[in-house]
Amino acid sequence: MSEEKTDPILTEQEEAPVLAEEPAIGEAALPVEGEQAVLSAEGEAALPAEENGENNQKPVLSPQEKKIIWKDRFNRYKAWLYLLPALIILAVFTVWPIINTVRMSFLKDYDALKAIGGASFTVGFDNFVNVAHYRRFLTCLTNTMLLTVITVPVSTMLALLIAVALNSIKFIRRTMQTIFFLPYVTNAIAIGMVFMAMFSVIGGNPSQPLSIGIINTIIEAFGGKAVNWVNAGSSKVANMAVLIIYIVWNALPFKILVLLGGLQGVNKQYYEAAKVDGASRFRIFWRITVPMLSPMIAYVVITGFIGGFKEYSSIVGIFGESMGPVGADGRMNTMVGFIYDAIESGNQGRASAAALILFVIIFAVTMINMYVSKKRVHY
Amino acid sequence: MTDFHENNENEMTAVQQETLQEEAVQAAPVRQESENKAELDSAENLMKEKDIKTVSRKQTAMKVLVQIGLYVFLGIMALIVLFPFYWMLISSVKTLDEYNAVVPTLWPQQFKWENYAAAFTGDLDLGTLLLNTILVGVVSTLLSLIITVLSAYAFARLEFRGKNALFAALLATMMIPGELFTITNYVTVAEFGWLSNWAGIFTTLVVPFLVSVFYIYLLRQNFMQIPNELYLAAKVDGTSDLKYLWRVMVPLAAPTLVSITILKMMGAWNSYIWPRLVAKGTIDLVTVGLRGAAFTDLATGLTDFPAQMAAVLLVTLPLLLVFLFFRKYIMRGVSRSGIKG
Repeated sequence: MSEEKTDPILTEQEEAPVLAEEPAIGEAALPVEGEQAVLSAEGEAALPAEENGENNQKPVLSPQEKKIIWKDRFNRYKAWLYLLPALIILAVFTVWPIINTVRMSFLKDYDALKAIGGASFTVGFDNFVNVAHYRRFLTCLTNTMLLTVITVPVSTMLALLIAVALNSIKFIRRTMQTIFFLPYVTNAIAIGMVFMAMFSVIGGNPSQPLSIGIINTIIEAFGGKAVNWVNAGSSKVANMAVLIIYIVWNALPFKILVLLGGLQGVNKQYYEAAKVDGASRFRIFWRITVPMLSPMIAYVVITGFIGGFKEYSSIVGIFGESMGPVGADGRMNTMVGFIYDAIESGNQGRASAAALILFVIIFAVTMINMYVSKKRVHY
Repeated sequence: MTDFHENNENEMTAVQQETLQEEAVQAAPVRQESENKAELDSAENLMKEKDIKTVSRKQTAMKVLVQIGLYVFLGIMALIVLFPFYWMLISSVKTLDEYNAVVPTLWPQQFKWENYAAAFTGDLDLGTLLLNTILVGVVSTLLSLIITVLSAYAFARLEFRGKNALFAALLATMMIPGELFTITNYVTVAEFGWLSNWAGIFTTLVVPFLVSVFYIYLLRQNFMQIPNELYLAAKVDGTSDLKYLWRVMVPLAAPTLVSITILKMMGAWNSYIWPRLVAKGTIDLVTVGLRGAAFTDLATGLTDFPAQMAAVLLVTLPLLLVFLFFRKYIMRGVSRSGIKG
């Protein structure tokens, strides 16, 4: 009653069917509306039995309306249906490995086969301590570090120079671009074998070879001295040099592609302004090109470092699975190589510890890179 | 975006038609000017030349020198990049004696095509390797495409609780090096009993790498660019989601799907670590077989480099051909990923 007073218009409209209730019985006019009104009146009358009222409302729904409600319910979970295959595979082969790697790394010399047999393993940091004391591990770590620290700056600088040069020519530019991209679409191991062939001295006995090989021939043609690059008895420095040349050769295309893309996005007005001011080419390069490209440079450096720490197949390509020249197996091995050796020897605990160490190194280096580039990257 | 822009323009024309027309009249010559800028520049140069002839002559000389320098630099670098391919090509048709000659020849004196035949008949058995690789590549690419399309669609078009959090979590897994997964996955597939027979090993080669978060990300971005109006229109017409996805979204995102297909196939072609670990000796893929094959004669200690280079060339050539035909798609995918395969 009080409602009626507060908002007469609204209540009038709402109450309309209720008001029509009394005459509806008598006149039997507006049968549908009358029926609904009666039903609701009944529901109100039988207030304690609420289910009753609901039961009475259900038959009112048309099949179409039902369909909509079902569709709505289905729609709410449909997305998960679409994601199901991806999520199952990710759960088994991505999420579980993350958890399990951490678990295995804290179980001393964990071996899954023995674990199934019911063996138990000591819990603790033994794997990490053992790995760090392992001489082979230290070799792998220093190799990986050296390769990364040398190849990333060299390939970035070279790629930058090539990209700038490509950007300032017109004739045969597309052909050049294609040529510089070719190393990317190759198999790292297959072309590694070609590099091996080029640097190799030929003949069973390296001290008295049949031929000194094509690279040494070229070096001698320019007045240099032939070097035993990759064969038995070669020095580690020579091995390292070959690896660096190959990795840089392999890393160039991606960096050139990204940097050239960045260069084409630089506003030409900056260069025109610099020209008007009479700035030298060198100055334009350092004061305009490099700062404008700094986000792309940061990107290729970061991905370069990540890729460098995961270096493996280039070494397999050149030296084969022995990861070193004949007589010095494992000398050029890397972190990833160490992890695979541990998996193959059935020591998943050690492999996990090494993998976590690698992850922490990559993560830390990436963070440092990001921090530095945040300070250095312009705009 | 375009609709919004058009609306704006309509409103503007209604109000400011006259002023706009006036502006257009004034702007037309300016636009022409900017188009013919090069000509004008040269015209300006001509005028300047009259004033300061010597300086501009010096400048043009400098320009030519710099251009020559650029071409020399690029030429040398291109030679270095191309030389390994060249060496592979000519070595693959040399006889062993010619290859081992004291002074290496830069063009084969005698062509020995049998080197290629040897790759298929000898220890390497390239035919089987190719068949295995194509089988693994095709199956994993097809399944991967289906999963990627469905997931990308869910992330781009459907609403559900925790969508953004889930997507962020997926992206975060991209930071973790793959080696970390390999250790456990090796144990997992062994425990599933997949390593005991051919079908199981085939499954092992395909399944763990079906979901690539990066591809989902790439395709999601592409799907999100497709205007939502299309989806609503399709809904009004009573089209089901799956039909809409297949008939509208997939064709519109075809370039990205081609990129994904090519990169995935290249991945199968180049994969080495996992196939060697789980399938060596049963389902050898090209790279594993190539590196594992012995080309060295144990008696003399001489490596048959020509035969080896022929095999390497046969493995490399398909990749180069695919690249030359699908250059655009490969470069598009690569520049955004920084990953191989």
